[in-house]
Amino acid sequence: MPEPTENLQESTANGWEPKIVAFFCNWCTYLAADLAGTSRMKYAPNARVIRVMCSGRVDPQFVMEALARGADGVLVGGCHFGDCHYQAGNHKALRRFRLLQRVLMGLGIEEERIRLEWISAAEADKLRDVMNEMVAQIKALGPLDLEVPAEGFPELADVEEVTA
Amino acid sequence: MSAETNGQPKIGVYVCHCGTNIAATVDVEAVQEFAAGLPGVTVSRAYKYMCSDPGQEMIKEDIRANGLERVVVASCSPSLHEATFRRATAEGGINPYYFQMVNIREHDSWVHTDIAEATAKAKDLLRAAVHRVRFHKPLERSRVDVNPAVMVVGGGIAGIHAALTLANADKKVYLVEREPSIGGHMAQFDKTFPTLDCAACILTPKMTEVRGHPNITLWTMAEVDKVDGYVGNYKVTVRHKPRFIIEEACVGCLECIEVCVFRRGKTPDEFNLGLSMRKPVYIPFPQAVPPVVVIDQDACIEFRTGRCKKTCVEICADRNAIDFTQTETFDEVEVGAVILATGFKAFDPKRTPSYGHGVYPNVYTAMELERLVNSSGPTEGHVTLRDGRTPEVVGIVHCVGSRDVNTNEHCSRVCCMYSLKLAHLIKEKTGAEIYNFYIDIRAPGKGMEEFYNRVAEEGVHFIRGKVADVYPEAGNTGRVILQAEDTLLGRVRKIPVDMVVLATGLEAQADAEAVRRTFNITCGGGGFFMERHPKLAPVSTFTDGIFLAGACQGPKDIPDTVAQAGAAAAEALALVDRGFVEMEPNTAYVVTEECSGCKTCIPLCPYTAITRVDGKAQINPVLCKGCGTCVAACPSGSIRQNLFEDEQIYEEILGVLADA
Repeated sequence: MPEPTENLQESTANGWEPKIVAFFCNWCTYLAADLAGTSRMKYAPNARVIRVMCSGRVDPQFVMEALARGADGVLVGGCHFGDCHYQAGNHKALRRFRLLQRVLMGLGIEEERIRLEWISAAEADKLRDVMNEMVAQIKALGPLDLEVPAEGFPELADVEEVTA
Repeated sequence: MSAETNGQPKIGVYVCHCGTNIAATVDVEAVQEFAAGLPGVTVSRAYKYMCSDPGQEMIKEDIRANGLERVVVASCSPSLHEATFRRATAEGGINPYYFQMVNIREHDSWVHTDIAEATAKAKDLLRAAVHRVRFHKPLERSRVDVNPAVMVVGGGIAGIHAALTLANADKKVYLVEREPSIGGHMAQFDKTFPTLDCAACILTPKMTEVRGHPNITLWTMAEVDKVDGYVGNYKVTVRHKPRFIIEEACVGCLECIEVCVFRRGKTPDEFNLGLSMRKPVYIPFPQAVPPVVVIDQDACIEFRTGRCKKTCVEICADRNAIDFTQTETFDEVEVGAVILATGFKAFDPKRTPSYGHGVYPNVYTAMELERLVNSSGPTEGHVTLRDGRTPEVVGIVHCVGSRDVNTNEHCSRVCCMYSLKLAHLIKEKTGAEIYNFYIDIRAPGKGMEEFYNRVAEEGVHFIRGKVADVYPEAGNTGRVILQAEDTLLGRVRKIPVDMVVLATGLEAQADAEAVRRTFNITCGGGGFFMERHPKLAPVSTFTDGIFLAGACQGPKDIPDTVAQAGAAAAEALALVDRGFVEMEPNTAYVVTEECSGCKTCIPLCPYTAITRVDGKAQINPVLCKGCGTCVAACPSGSIRQNLFEDEQIYEEILGVLADA
């Protein structure tokens, strides 16, 4: 991996903006983002939200895939402990997240690139702050720039294969 | 290739302007053109309001005329219109789950300002949906029977009204109240603004109706302990606290109170906020429902020493209604829906010590004043000071615990009006000079401004200013001085008064957080329960089958509370009366051939929906709620989730990052 600071100088010079993939649970964090919208709060536009029913649905491979495909950071949002719509899916998410962080560190990826946050449906302000903070954090780290194999990544789900 | 497979289906994309809600920040035309160039997209249109009839017709027509096999709409949040567009998709003739929604309003146009950035984001999100929707499968909603009974939690005016409405529609209702009587705060009020009808006169008939209603099971001194199940089929465990009185045997003669070994009451009376004393055996208030006494375990000699003469038992004689051996009991009932009407807590003035409540004897809270002006209250309706004198000057301090960064930010909505009412009542009873210290007079609603004018014309004084300090007048007069900056005159006023009334605000119940967890709902600002949508679903919650009524959702007056209770009852009725609910088909399923039988998934499921049959995992679709935790954990990838298939999510990841 290139030296972050050097990388950062170069990337800020050419107007680089971090790309963040966010996995939000349907019941708390996705709704917090909805509430931020209805409240017309303003935050950094870098994250792209993918809705899942529960943070427990977030397979660590989703996060790995996002980073491999060009995301500079991944945010996972779920309900606070005790609030999970499915009782304890967020506990399972935390367990996996911790493990994933260690795996990523082993791969030389800064642990700050992935973030797990509990944001309730009422915490639009927290959502806004987390979004802004995370963008600032990733900007400080610079682009992830994983080495891409010369032939590119293999296609994930070949259309023909799924049809069969 | 048929629409039932996942080849390269024909996709229709619709981008909504939402008037200027989206179009002001997102270049809708550019997004539409971008969509037209995505693989598989055969129709791409932009329209002013996709949710309107013509918008929906457009989708249906394109499905019929152009043979669309998938539909993507980029507009608002799916929580608002996913159902609308799924229905349009189905009416066009294809499976409703061949639809995917893109949130470019709440998650994009409303939260960003830069048009280029917001448009880029909209394109990324749209591309993700187009990628994803190719892998959608036709799904069917399953039907689950609904238990027609409803539980109402909280027996204030909201709970009473909701329970009666449902019971009158011939539904079985369980009304659970934690206090010994229903009635709530309204039972403590004297008159109600702005019409000045007597609270008891309009409330008590409804209370007795509850007791006599064949469809209502009333449980007082009871609380919900545990809630299991899901919409239509909740299993609620109710904990009954001991009353030490056999409710069915007590006739409410109150003779036991008369003969109690305590000659006088020594325990502060909760109903009168400690302004009078009660005995260990008591009835909360004369019109209590059920009209049954209760024994206070902490105060009763028999409980404390075991050596009481038990004159109460003696007088009760063969009615035998007193039972010192009662303990907590539990009931488990099945209901289809629950209405939460758990009310509010009056602000505790200890948190604003500068107002001197509890320090100066003649500083009262508004609730205390309600009891003082009430003819069945501790002074039989005479407004007197603690030393028995009649006040000549009274100051009413508005916004205590409301509109204050140090306590609560929110306006409690009712304090201005009840302060005006109390001003009127005190003036009527004592002829005192009355000063209102207010920030703004908030008198919206039917008859409210008129009432304000009437009270002003009666000679009540209004000083626009927040009281900064309350301190005793020099010379041991018993008076206190209210100091405030009169912001209309632009100078500090110091008004000596005999009596201070603190217009305390409304707060969420102290245990709202615990109740919220029990029912798996959310608390919003100020700790009040959060509604599903502030405008369009004001009595629903994010948990299907749990509804809200009254001040537990936010401060409100009696007319609004009753209206909301009626609405909650109607929503609950609409649910239980239909007899069934349709469940979202987002359940998990096992591809048996690929399952290695490792059992990783089994302990993860919070609903014990997964079992191991013949060495393979099996998921019971009725028990599965579709969280997908097992799907993410399966090492062999043999558990899948409808609507959230791995390939669908991977395609979304690819879609949002295609530019990266």
